[in-house]
Amino acid sequence: MEGYTTVKHDVLVIGSGGAGLRAAIEASALGVSVGMVCRSLLGKAHTVMAEGGVAAALANVDDRDSWKVHFADTMRGGQYLNNWRMAEIHAKESPDRVKELEAWGAVFDRTDDGRILQRNFGGHRYPRLAHVGDRTGLEMIRTLQDHGIHQGIEIYQEFTIIRLLTYSGKITGAIGYDREKGLFKVFESKAVIIATGGMGRIYKISSNSWDCTGGGISLAYHAGAELIDMEFVQFHPTGMVWPPSVRGLLITEGVRGEGGVLRNNKGRRFMFDDIPENYKNQTSMDEEEGWRYTQGDKNARRPPELLTRDHVARCIMREIREGRGSPHGGVFLDIAWIKEKISNAPEHIRKKLPSMYHQFKELAGVDITKEPMEVGPTTHYIMGGVKVNADTQMTSVSGLFAAGECAAGLHGANRLGGNSLSDLLVFGKRAGEFAAKYAKENTIPSASVDQIQRIIEESLAPFNRSGSGQNAFQIQSQMQDFMQELVGIVRNEKDLNAALDKIEALKKQVEQVSCDGNRGYNPGWHTAIELPHMVTVAEAITRAAIDRKESRGGHFREDFPDKSEEFGNVNISIKKDAAGNMKMERVQKEKMREDLKQIIEEMK
Amino acid sequence: MTKVTFKIWRSNGSPGDGKFQDYETDITEGMVVLDAVHQIQAESASDLAVRWNCKAGKCGSCSAEINGRPRLMCMTRMGDMPEGKPVMIQPMKSFPVIRDLVTDVSVNFRTKKKIKKFKPRPPDAPDGTWRMAQSDIDRVQEFRKCIECFLCQDVCHVLREHNLHEEFVGPRHLVYTAALEMHPLDVEDRRGDLKDEGGIGFCNITKCCTTVCPENITITDNAIIPLKERVVDKYYDPIMRFFRIFK
Ligand SMILES: Cc1cc2nc3c(=O)[nH]c(=O)nc-3n(C[C@H](O)[C@H](O)[C@H](O)COP(=O)(O)OP(=O)(O)OC[C@H]3O[C@@H](n4cnc5c(N)ncnc54)[C@H](O)[C@@H]3O)c2cc1C
Ligand code: SF4
Ligand code: SF4
Ligand code: FES
Repeated sequence: MEGYTTVKHDVLVIGSGGAGLRAAIEASALGVSVGMVCRSLLGKAHTVMAEGGVAAALANVDDRDSWKVHFADTMRGGQYLNNWRMAEIHAKESPDRVKELEAWGAVFDRTDDGRILQRNFGGHRYPRLAHVGDRTGLEMIRTLQDHGIHQGIEIYQEFTIIRLLTYSGKITGAIGYDREKGLFKVFESKAVIIATGGMGRIYKISSNSWDCTGGGISLAYHAGAELIDMEFVQFHPTGMVWPPSVRGLLITEGVRGEGGVLRNNKGRRFMFDDIPENYKNQTSMDEEEGWRYTQGDKNARRPPELLTRDHVARCIMREIREGRGSPHGGVFLDIAWIKEKISNAPEHIRKKLPSMYHQFKELAGVDITKEPMEVGPTTHYIMGGVKVNADTQMTSVSGLFAAGECAAGLHGANRLGGNSLSDLLVFGKRAGEFAAKYAKENTIPSASVDQIQRIIEESLAPFNRSGSGQNAFQIQSQMQDFMQELVGIVRNEKDLNAALDKIEALKKQVEQVSCDGNRGYNPGWHTAIELPHMVTVAEAITRAAIDRKESRGGHFREDFPDKSEEFGNVNISIKKDAAGNMKMERVQKEKMREDLKQIIEEMK
Repeated sequence: MTKVTFKIWRSNGSPGDGKFQDYETDITEGMVVLDAVHQIQAESASDLAVRWNCKAGKCGSCSAEINGRPRLMCMTRMGDMPEGKPVMIQPMKSFPVIRDLVTDVSVNFRTKKKIKKFKPRPPDAPDGTWRMAQSDIDRVQEFRKCIECFLCQDVCHVLREHNLHEEFVGPRHLVYTAALEMHPLDVEDRRGDLKDEGGIGFCNITKCCTTVCPENITITDNAIIPLKERVVDKYYDPIMRFFRIFK
């Protein structure tokens, strides 16, 4: 029988990205014992890659901004499928969460009068994103990390959680293994917070880091938690397309915020050709006005390049499909052109977009101060995930909380840029607070030894098939290929059903996965353990995408290209049924509070 | 497409264990060293251990020594490697090997924890916020670009040749301390710690750390030398000491 060790904490946080760190800091400040587990080293989580900024209505740059405008922008961007209570809390609390970072040592870029500078971003009416050049995520994670290490949090680095433990519908902890030695550990805890981030890695072309396999969403699902909005995946319009090895790597929206424009191979700014009705009032009608907007002219309206991501991504796809793309199958994003407008353009670009300059120079041999970039859509973010209570972040499983990208509700059908980093802070804090409260009010039933032994045996099974079974890396890349092709930006029923068939076949293959070598730092084994979780997430996305027979936000169905009123009021919910199958349900949205409705009307 | 030979260090982490193993794989345009390692993993060495996260030069996980030079594997293009020669990949030498290319960098996390945390002055405005001029934070922002790849720790001879991890915090943590000390809001004094536990005196300004920093942080000139000056001001300058006594 394989052994394991056990540790106890009041609150266990899974994940040390922005959401996990913020949750752990809050919970420990409330006096409970906190353990934080992360699959990578501390400070390396995907949050470190965030570029453009964190959205908060500080109104430092434009005093017309307020939580109400931020709320309305978020709802409009999410095509009103958002959980309105979450959108309200988020808009109201994010300014305080950003200011708090400054008290912990963050150094945001400044306005002329010495306050936190804010920049324009798609879908935000006023300049709203606090930022540090184009490395805001690094600033945020480092600030939280450097503050968090002095808070008495027990940190388990390079530990992977493979299953949550429950007892009669209540959470009792989690089980995982350390990468270094491959030894199992049981974390007994009264409350568990999953803050495991996104799932970009189940697609072939993705901006996400290695860590983003959607694992936590699957952990929660198998523990009985409800998922919602899984069909809504955000494809960011601007990823790198060349060279192949960096395909998908993100180019921040900040490039467009600073005046970058999109052109097709005819040199046309094609974004002017298709401006959605509900954004007409807010979009500039000519290039000159668009430029003035990016330079801070308060009377100008935003250029169409800064429309919401779902829309920009689809316009780019259209240009490519209709033969007006760039040589490597993208379109052109040009920031170099601003030299026509300002004298020190190259220096300005390097200062405002240092990582982008660096990234293109180093990886593609392109100088963005001189030439345009080639860009195309890339899998970026999942709006859906674990369903949570808007105020407490508790999931449908007692004692299980979720925050950050793995949780759902705030963003509805489409997320606005910058609203994720603020999401992590606002709801990370709340998850920490309410998990601590829950832990104080509850005791842990001890975990079942049988359950633990079974999980350990399953996890080790790939070694028993050593030499004979399927290669985990190959199965993973097969899945990435067909998810990209069949469940990507443009979807239809036939493709989605084909994907579902492939997923069923994949499940059988996954049962035959084998690995070689021993358990210490073994990437083959690690992938073998991740695979079933990735397949669960892929299945949830595909099933939800089949069920939503309309197009809205990140979900575009060419066989149902329009929005439908019926679907405008429902979220698609997914749960594991007693037989172990995915059960789908269309859940009516709760009616919005009158005062919030009024805000939306006023801001139309 | 060309075939390239890689000589990769394989070790189970126990002292004395380890040897270079040869692998061949096809290289296409634009590939970086990390891509090649992944390809080898998928083709012929599924248990080859390598640490990485972002593959975009942002997280500082994939540090290793490529042809003897400390670098990020994800930011080293195959096209920049000498043609027709094998590419040698080893783990960072300053840290104990866990397995293959993965090293135990935990000492860095312990060291950082010993450095006194940020302590701001009282807020400048009634709403709890501060005012800082951009020009006053440019320097600190340079230091805060650090991605904690620990390549500078790897190359620094004090740690690499003399293994003085307990006596000398190393360039990364001097950059970290500099970011705190030069933060316009910070009111903590870390000069005593720098001199004693920090061991700043061990640094003899060889500037090797600056050369390898993938974030192009001017570690020596902008962080270490000014810190050394501050320490000297406090502890060795007789005139300054005179003033302090009678203040
Ligand atoms: C390139 C890029 C740029 C972006 N820029 C912006 C931006 O400018 N503004 C914005 O608002 N948003 C941006 N986003 C989105 C934003 O960065 C992410 O949504 C956000 O960082 C997710 O944070 P998180 O805390 O939820 O999870 P993550 O930061 O992804 O952290 C997840 C954590 O969970 C751990 N984990 C996962 N599974 C397990 C497991 N099974 N066991 C143990 N640990 C596990 C991981 O190790 C990690 O520590 C960007 C995204 C990308 C890809
Ligand atoms: S300059 Fe100092 S810290 Fe940097 S490598 Fe040389 S001795 Fe080490
Ligand atoms: S200072 Fe530079 S080399 Fe040193 S850890 Fe930071 S980024 Fe890496
Ligand atoms: S993988 Fe993140 S820096 Fe190389």
